[in-house]
Amino acid sequence: MREKHRTALTWFTISTVALLVAAACGAGATPTPSPATPTPGATPTPAETPAATPTPEGKIGGTVSVYGTWGGSEQESFMAMVKPFEDQTGVTVQYTGTRDLNAVLITGVASGILPDLAGLPGPGQMAQFAKAGKLIDLSTVLDVPKYTSETSAGFVGLGTVDGTLVGVFIKSAVKGLIWFNPKVYTAGAPATWDALTAEADRIKAAGTTPWCVGLESGAASGWPGTDWIEDIILRQSGPEVYDKWVAGQQKWTSPEIKAAFETFGKVVAGDSVYGGPTAVLSTNFGDAGNPLFTSPPGCYFHHQASFITDFFVKANPGIVAGTDFDFFPFPDINSTYAGAVTGAGDLFGMFHDTPQARALMQYLVTAEAQSIWVGRGGALSGNKNVTNYPDETSRRSAEILANAKVFRFDGSDLMPEQMNSAFWKAMLDFTQDQSKLDEILASLDLVQADAYQ
Amino acid sequence: MDPRLLTAAVVVVGVPAVLIGYIVATEQVLRLLPERHRPRARPWLWLLPALLFLFVFLVYPMLNTIVLSFQDRYSVGWVGLANYEFVFTNAATLGSIKNNVLWLVFLTGIAVGAGLLIAILADRVRYESLAKTVIFVPLGISFVAAGVIWRFMYAWRPPGEPQTGTLNAAVTSLTGAGPIAFLIEPMINNFALIAVGAWMWTGFCMVILSAGLKGINPELLEAARVDGAGEWQVFRGIILPLLLPTIAVVSTTMVITALKAFDVVYVMTNGNFDTEVMANRMYKEMFNFSNFGRASAIAVVLLLAIVPVMLANIRRFQEQEALR
Repeated sequence: MREKHRTALTWFTISTVALLVAAACGAGATPTPSPATPTPGATPTPAETPAATPTPEGKIGGTVSVYGTWGGSEQESFMAMVKPFEDQTGVTVQYTGTRDLNAVLITGVASGILPDLAGLPGPGQMAQFAKAGKLIDLSTVLDVPKYTSETSAGFVGLGTVDGTLVGVFIKSAVKGLIWFNPKVYTAGAPATWDALTAEADRIKAAGTTPWCVGLESGAASGWPGTDWIEDIILRQSGPEVYDKWVAGQQKWTSPEIKAAFETFGKVVAGDSVYGGPTAVLSTNFGDAGNPLFTSPPGCYFHHQASFITDFFVKANPGIVAGTDFDFFPFPDINSTYAGAVTGAGDLFGMFHDTPQARALMQYLVTAEAQSIWVGRGGALSGNKNVTNYPDETSRRSAEILANAKVFRFDGSDLMPEQMNSAFWKAMLDFTQDQSKLDEILASLDLVQADAYQ
Repeated sequence: MDPRLLTAAVVVVGVPAVLIGYIVATEQVLRLLPERHRPRARPWLWLLPALLFLFVFLVYPMLNTIVLSFQDRYSVGWVGLANYEFVFTNAATLGSIKNNVLWLVFLTGIAVGAGLLIAILADRVRYESLAKTVIFVPLGISFVAAGVIWRFMYAWRPPGEPQTGTLNAAVTSLTGAGPIAFLIEPMINNFALIAVGAWMWTGFCMVILSAGLKGINPELLEAARVDGAGEWQVFRGIILPLLLPTIAVVSTTMVITALKAFDVVYVMTNGNFDTEVMANRMYKEMFNFSNFGRASAIAVVLLLAIVPVMLANIRRFQEQEALR
C-alpha cells in the first residue's frame, strides 16, 4: 500500500515537473519585448491624455523597445521627443542607451535578441544588417513619397540599401564648425584656411594656444580626430578623392591623405593646442571646448559638429548662444572645392514589425516629433519642415546644411567597422607621436586591403 | 499579467521541483536494475545533469570555437590556417601578445609577492584581521568599477590646472614636477593597468597564502628559533619550502587571471596607446568587426596558452592526493 502510494507521488512529481518545463520552454521560446495583443492594464487613463490630439489609430498600448547611443541630456531630449507619442498611443517606450551599441547589435543579430527599433551605428553597419535580412523594409511602414519630399535626397539615399529604404534620419548634425567665444575673438570669420592659420599664429605669438581639441570618447576614442581629417580632405583634395578614400580605393599613404594628416598635425602640435598633445588624448570631446570660456581663455578655436552647443551650455551654466559662443564654417582650403560641407545624422532602423514599433517609426520621422528635440537644442532636424531652431546659431548651422554646394556624410561612419576603428586609433597614435606618420599610414593601408574585401 | 511574473514563478518553483523530481526519477529507474548494479550506476545518474551542462556549455562551445577558427569571418568557407597566420603576423595582435606577457609576469609577480609579504607581516601583528580585511576589500569590487575608480586616481589635467587625479595631485604638490599621463605615456601605461589588477588580486593571494602559513606547525618554527636560526633563515629554510605548494597554486591562478585580463583594459584605455591585451583584441574582432574566424583563432591561442598551466595544476593535485 505504502509502496503504491509512493509510486503515485512519484508520477505526480514527474508530470508536474514535465508541465513546468514545458511552460518554461513556452515562455522562453517567444521573446516578445512587446506583446502584440494590447493589454488593457497598460492603457493610461483618459485623464492623462491630451484631449486635443485624437489619432486615427487611437490607443494601442503595449511597449516598444529602443536602443540608442544617447545618454545624459541627449537621452532626456529623446525621451521628451517620444513623450507626446506615449501620451497619445498609450505605448511605453523602453529606451536603453549604450556607447557600445555596435557590439550590442552585432551580438543581437547573431542571437536574435534585438530591440524593436534601434539607432544604427552608421550606414556601413546598417547595410550589413540589411543584407542579413534583419531590418524591416520601411516602405511598408512609412509614407515613402512624403518622407522623401520632407528629407534631403542625400539622407534618403544613405538610408537605402539595394533600393530598399531601411534607415531614416531622426536628427542630423553639420560637422566641421569652428566654435569661438565672440567676447574674446573679434577678428571675424577667416575666409580661407591660410587666413585661419595666420590668426592662429598671431594668437600663438601673443602667448595663448589657439586650439582646443579633445579625442577621448571611451570605446570610440579618436573619432573627433577623424572628423578633422574628413573636413580637411574634402576641402583640400576635393569630393572625388574623398569618395574614393571612403570607398577604400584611395591609399592612406597617398600624398592627398598624408597632406591632410600633416595639416591636422600642425593643430595638435605642442605649442598650438591647449595642454599639448597629452591633453588632446586625455580630454573628453564633450569637455574639450570648455577652455574657450575661461578667463583668460585657454584657447580661441574649437572644431566640432553642431551638437556641441548642448555640451557647452550644460558645462558652463549661464552662457548664451551668439553672445558667449558662436561659430564660423570650416574655411575653404583649396578654392576649387569651395562650399563643401560634411555632416552626419542618427539613423534609425526597425528590427521587429509590431504595431507599436510601426507607430513609433511613423511618429519619429514627422516634423512635429523632430521639432521637439530641435527646440531643446543640440540637434538639427532630418526633416526639412522643422524650423523652430531655438537660436540664431542653430538656425545658421541648419542653413549651412541646407545650402551646401557639396555635401558629404561623415566618412569614417561609412567605412567598414574595422577600418573605422583603425582610423580612430590612428588619430590617437598620430597625436601622440607625429614622427610615426608614415608607419601609421602604412598600417592603415594594410587594414584597408583587409577590411574592404 | 506580466509574462515575466509567470517566468519568475516557473523558475522559483520549477527549478527545485525539477531537481527533486530528477532524484526521485533516478531512484525509479534504478529500481529496474538488479540490486548489485545499483551502487555503481547511481553516481553516474546523479552526475549526468552536471555532465550534460558541462558538455553543452563548455565542451561544445570549445570544440565549436576550434572549428570556427579555421573558417572565414562569416563562418562559411574554410580558410585553413589563415586566421592563425593573422594572429602571429599582425602588428596589433603581436602587440597584444606582448602585453599579455607583461601582465603574466608582473601581475603574477606583484600579486603573489606582495600577498606573501603581507601574509607574513600580518601574521605577527595584533591587528592582523583588520590589515587583511583592508587588503582583501578590493577583490569585492567589480573589475569595471575598479577601472572607473582608477581612472579617477590616474586622471590628468594640463599643467597649471588643478589636478583632479589623486596621484597627479600628489606628484605635482610633493615634487613640483609636471603631471604624469599614467594611461597615455608609453612604458608607464601598461604598468599603471597592471597595478590596478595587482591592487585587486593581492588580497586573494594574501588570504590563500595566509591560510597556508597558519597550517605550518608552530613548533617547527619554535624549534628552529631555539636552535638559533635568524628570521630570514626561518623564512628561507622552513616557511618558504613548506609554503611552496600553496605558492604554486596561487601563482597558476594568477597566470590564468593575467591571460584572461580584459575588463580593466577595456574600461581604462580600450587598448589604445599600445595597452591592448589578447582578450580585448578578441572582443574587437568578434563584436566590433564581426570577424568570427579571427576572434576564434585568438581564443584558441589563449586556450592553448592556458593548457600547460592547467596540466601542471592537475598534476600537483594528483601528487597531493597520492601523498594522503
